[in-house]
Amino acid sequence: MTLLEAILLTVITASTPLLIAAIGELVVEKSGVLNLGVEGMMIMGAACGIVAAIATGSGAAGVAAAVLAGMAMAAIFAALTLGLAANQVAAGLALTIFGLGLSGVVGASFVGAQRAGIGKIEIPLLSEIPFLGPVLFNQDPFVYASFALVAGVSWFLTRTRAGLVLRACGESAASAHALGYKVLRIRFFAILFGGACAGLAGAYLSLVLTPFWTSGMTAGRGWIALAIVVFASWLPWRAALGAYLFGGITILQLHAQGAGFRVPPQLMSALPYLITIVVLVLIMRLRRGGAAGPAGLGIPFVPDR
Amino acid sequence: MPASPPLVQAQQIVKRFGALAANDHVDLTVAAGEIHALLGENGAGKSTLVKMLYGLLQPDAGRILWQGAPVVLHGPREARRLGIGMVFQHFSLFEAMTVAENVALALDGDAPLPQVAERLAETSRAYGLPLDPRREVWQLSVGERQRVEIVRCLMQDPRLLILDEPTSVLTPQEAEGLFATLAKIRAEGRAVLYISHKLEEVRRICEAATILRHGKVVARCDPRAESAASLARMMVGSTVLGVKHEPTAPRGKVRLAVAGLSLPPAEAHGVALRDVSLALHGGEVLGIAGVAGNGQDELFAALSGERLAPRAEAVLLDGRPVGRQGINARRRLGAAFVPEERLGHAAAPRFPLSENALLSGHAAGEFLAGGLVRRGRLLGYVDEVTRVFDLRKGSRDPEARALSGGNLQKFTVGREILRNPDVLVVAQPTWGVDAGAARRIRQALLDLAAEGAAVLAISQDLDELLEIADRIAVMFHGRLSAPLPVQGLTQESLGLLMGGSGFPAEDAA
Repeated sequence: MTLLEAILLTVITASTPLLIAAIGELVVEKSGVLNLGVEGMMIMGAACGIVAAIATGSGAAGVAAAVLAGMAMAAIFAALTLGLAANQVAAGLALTIFGLGLSGVVGASFVGAQRAGIGKIEIPLLSEIPFLGPVLFNQDPFVYASFALVAGVSWFLTRTRAGLVLRACGESAASAHALGYKVLRIRFFAILFGGACAGLAGAYLSLVLTPFWTSGMTAGRGWIALAIVVFASWLPWRAALGAYLFGGITILQLHAQGAGFRVPPQLMSALPYLITIVVLVLIMRLRRGGAAGPAGLGIPFVPDR
Repeated sequence: MPASPPLVQAQQIVKRFGALAANDHVDLTVAAGEIHALLGENGAGKSTLVKMLYGLLQPDAGRILWQGAPVVLHGPREARRLGIGMVFQHFSLFEAMTVAENVALALDGDAPLPQVAERLAETSRAYGLPLDPRREVWQLSVGERQRVEIVRCLMQDPRLLILDEPTSVLTPQEAEGLFATLAKIRAEGRAVLYISHKLEEVRRICEAATILRHGKVVARCDPRAESAASLARMMVGSTVLGVKHEPTAPRGKVRLAVAGLSLPPAEAHGVALRDVSLALHGGEVLGIAGVAGNGQDELFAALSGERLAPRAEAVLLDGRPVGRQGINARRRLGAAFVPEERLGHAAAPRFPLSENALLSGHAAGEFLAGGLVRRGRLLGYVDEVTRVFDLRKGSRDPEARALSGGNLQKFTVGREILRNPDVLVVAQPTWGVDAGAARRIRQALLDLAAEGAAVLAISQDLDELLEIADRIAVMFHGRLSAPLPVQGLTQESLGLLMGGSGFPAEDAA
């Protein structure tokens, strides 16, 4: 394996959790709900994922537990914002704080406990393509899942009727309601999907990337995922670009620091944030259309009866 | 001959919102092949009733019969399955989506988009309502948006089409086009339930009418056999007098002048002001007509100082260049402004009326002493507005959002008029206000002008402008026509101008 291949592999592992969480949040926001609790759902996924994996000895059980934990957190958020029409910003922030705290309790007796990561799946033939093969087609299942999510969500939003209805709820809840769509039910499922994705992204952190538990291990990735959604103008492919840009620069600046560049390390660490935002903003400015978010984003909807 | 049952019947419908009975034992019968008018003032319960017919609301009591058989409509989808279609007053369209996507959302089948677009093209051709399926809704004019709504209803092959105030946003010529479509729909044996408060058009196109007042049916009649005045009497319950006004040519000196004002649009979908000039004289009411979204909002913002002009000389107040000054500076020079949106622009919803009076009055009024608010004086001012404009409110100083639309409008207009401004710029002075309040506001504007002040009224309501204005100018695509004396102007001649005739050719496209 060459150095370049090794770098690319680490880029993929750094980018995948961001991408999975961002795609989930993208669907939530397309339905008109702003869930700022990604970080909280993600870390609950990380904690429950590794606890379940160690307890059962099964990686798959860990992943399932992480997804369910993310969805449970999302359900709390949905109960507050849809059921009680609470302010979405406040509820999302509370969810993050709650998740950071609760995950510490859940994982308390597992701090530092190691387990083997989740194995890679080699795709026959494709993985033998020189250079690209081992990088793209000899990966863990999460990476494949993230590719599938981008393609699937993009297809769902633009090509299916259900996707059209979901977008309609995000554009104007009142109009969608007037046409007879169950806005709250649709938003509920979108929020659950977002929670499942955030939980999955969390599982990736504790089961593959590190693979052990420390409290606060999401380290702001949920917030990056949120930012990527906005700067990607709510387009799945652009979100993938943003996630990989961020992951790529994160890894590159590490290597640059290792190579002894005479730049303050704090500045280097800030680079991924700066460059990702600058690039995505530039794309947003250059390309017209799609730049505006869903018109009904963050506005609670209460049907009258 | 055994008569077949009527198409739809509502029997003894009751709907309450809290203590308010929005519908109080309402009966309505619509026969197949008729255009049936549902008349009433704002808040009479018309929208509530049709929402129940479309399954959006559930009646508390009473029942709905469809072709003689009782039905319970749990949602719009069930109503559509029976054959009920509805065109909403505030369009239920999605701005960022294409016409075809908007139509697909209202169809209950699972047809793929290309097929929807094809059927859409077919239907729009059949009814003479041209539409491009690929355009996004925000690019469409108001008339085109309504076409989308009507076409998507017709694609469901409805037996009953409900139209909620369909002409309130159209030019007279666009309304003619709508009437022709409605005639065609009726000729196919479909029924139309037509909600309106425009009495002349109801008399022209409807053969039956049910009139609501305060949630109750007060009359049923054949509008063709009534006069507009008799219909109005049934709607309001008493005789509504028009205001008395003798239009005159401008005599006073010029109080407010705009010279060659051009402004780029403030937002992505906004309108640019292009070379707008006007001269507003003391003692006159100058009306600005136009279809919504042709630059009226932008003109108001430029006159009030919410947006600054590129040159100070572009806006002159009593001869003084104020184009680069903000709204408070202009207020100090004797101007006053009433914006279109009552709640959120003219008044802060959660502030009490006294604080709302302070918001627009602090610059020129006497509500402050050394930077401190003089509460007593503010409350006295609210009392005075209440007395002069007959505000109906629960407490002495309630929050603005607690007032009904008509009462809040009387407050926002009254708050400015009682300061005796030299120049008053008012947008949509009586939009969505009941007849009594509208008359009081119009009379107050005329009285203010009679005392020598200059009044500029921006309105979409041509009847209103023809009633109170001395001269009327028309806005189209950000340009303003020369003002025309109101004598000799008709709905039709104004309608042509509102549609762009007489404006430079490149705008007319």
